[in-house]
Amino acid sequence: MSPDHAHSHHPEPIAPVEARVAALETVLAENGLLDRTALDEIVAHFEDDLSPLNGAKVVAHAWVDPDYRARLLDDGTPAIAELGFGGPEGDHMVVVENTSTVHNLVVCTLCSCYPWPILGLPPRWYKAPAYRSRAVREPRALLREMGTAVPESVEIRVWDSSAEVRYLVLPRRPAGTEELTETALAGLVTRDSMIGVERL
Amino acid sequence: MDGVHDLGGLAGFGPVEIEADEPIFHEDWERRVFRINTAAMTAGLIGGGRFRHSIERMAPDHYLSSSYYEHWLTGLATLLVERGVASRDDLEARAGGRFPLSGPDRGSAPGVSGGDPTEPRFAVGHQVRVREWHAPGHTRAPRYVQGKRGVVTRHDGAFSVPDIEAHSDAKHLEPTYSVQFASRELWGEGGSPGETVQVDLWESYLEDSQ
Repeated sequence: MSPDHAHSHHPEPIAPVEARVAALETVLAENGLLDRTALDEIVAHFEDDLSPLNGAKVVAHAWVDPDYRARLLDDGTPAIAELGFGGPEGDHMVVVENTSTVHNLVVCTLCSCYPWPILGLPPRWYKAPAYRSRAVREPRALLREMGTAVPESVEIRVWDSSAEVRYLVLPRRPAGTEELTETALAGLVTRDSMIGVERL
Repeated sequence: MDGVHDLGGLAGFGPVEIEADEPIFHEDWERRVFRINTAAMTAGLIGGGRFRHSIERMAPDHYLSSSYYEHWLTGLATLLVERGVASRDDLEARAGGRFPLSGPDRGSAPGVSGGDPTEPRFAVGHQVRVREWHAPGHTRAPRYVQGKRGVVTRHDGAFSVPDIEAHSDAKHLEPTYSVQFASRELWGEGGSPGETVQVDLWESYLEDSQ
């Protein structure tokens, strides 16, 4: 079948996605490029080790240690590395802090750039057109619709991850948590609060 | 390119649906795509700019009707065909049906400025305007900021220019900046006070607007 034929008068059905994946796997394997054992270890690393729990530890540590918070806001990448996190999609981290006057929101309008080492792989909604199109156009309305009311007096600052920097939002520490341990504080920090679509 | 991927500001996509307790991969084929993508990256078959552009070239209806990992699959297959690792007929025979690929690459690497990548031209506080060139190839200057004025708020060191990297084997480093845009600058009367957008941009995307 020629591509021209396939696209002109009688397009045949698209092969199921599983069959297309299998076709590509076979091509790579025949070229000696599919070392399944080694690759499975890498994929397992993404599934097992990278998650929002990492980011939550960073946030909780910043809440209890003012010196760490200052280092984190000054230069995110080495401060995050102090807690053992780093790697692809986390090599150039900038941490943006929510305050009484500014609320931060992270998006990637062109694709789906996301800080993998501290938040894991992105959720489906972050990669979907609705979020990517609206976050830069009507962030306050979008957040309200998602259940996060940001008062009109608070500026919303949207960060479009269009180059090499990846962003982490440092949420505000909830009131009444003065007695909690760092571990307990980390338990309060959600993935969505570190993207900025939720306020704690 | 002014492609379907360049979504900032488009209307009509409806509400954002958050899925509770979402799994990392919804189906096993997504994990397998992640694996072959890792393999191709390790083998040097795909790199940042080229890979992103292979997805940007997808047919708009296919892009919008398929998921993230199908984007990866389509872009990767396109690059393998373009590099001669496989033919389209071969992929379709193996898959037992049509294997949609991305459209042709119409871009070319822009010329380099010749400036010193370690000497940023703009300081924090500098007013800049994003050049408006609607590149036929890959760029990381979203359409919604091209032609718009903003203020440099951060300098991030020098990185390989994606527009060059995606269309040649050359790498050219340039300073990058975070530039702040007022919502009203981007969306006119439809913008809102109290909302700003920060976009990270390479130096050659910008011109002086002081």
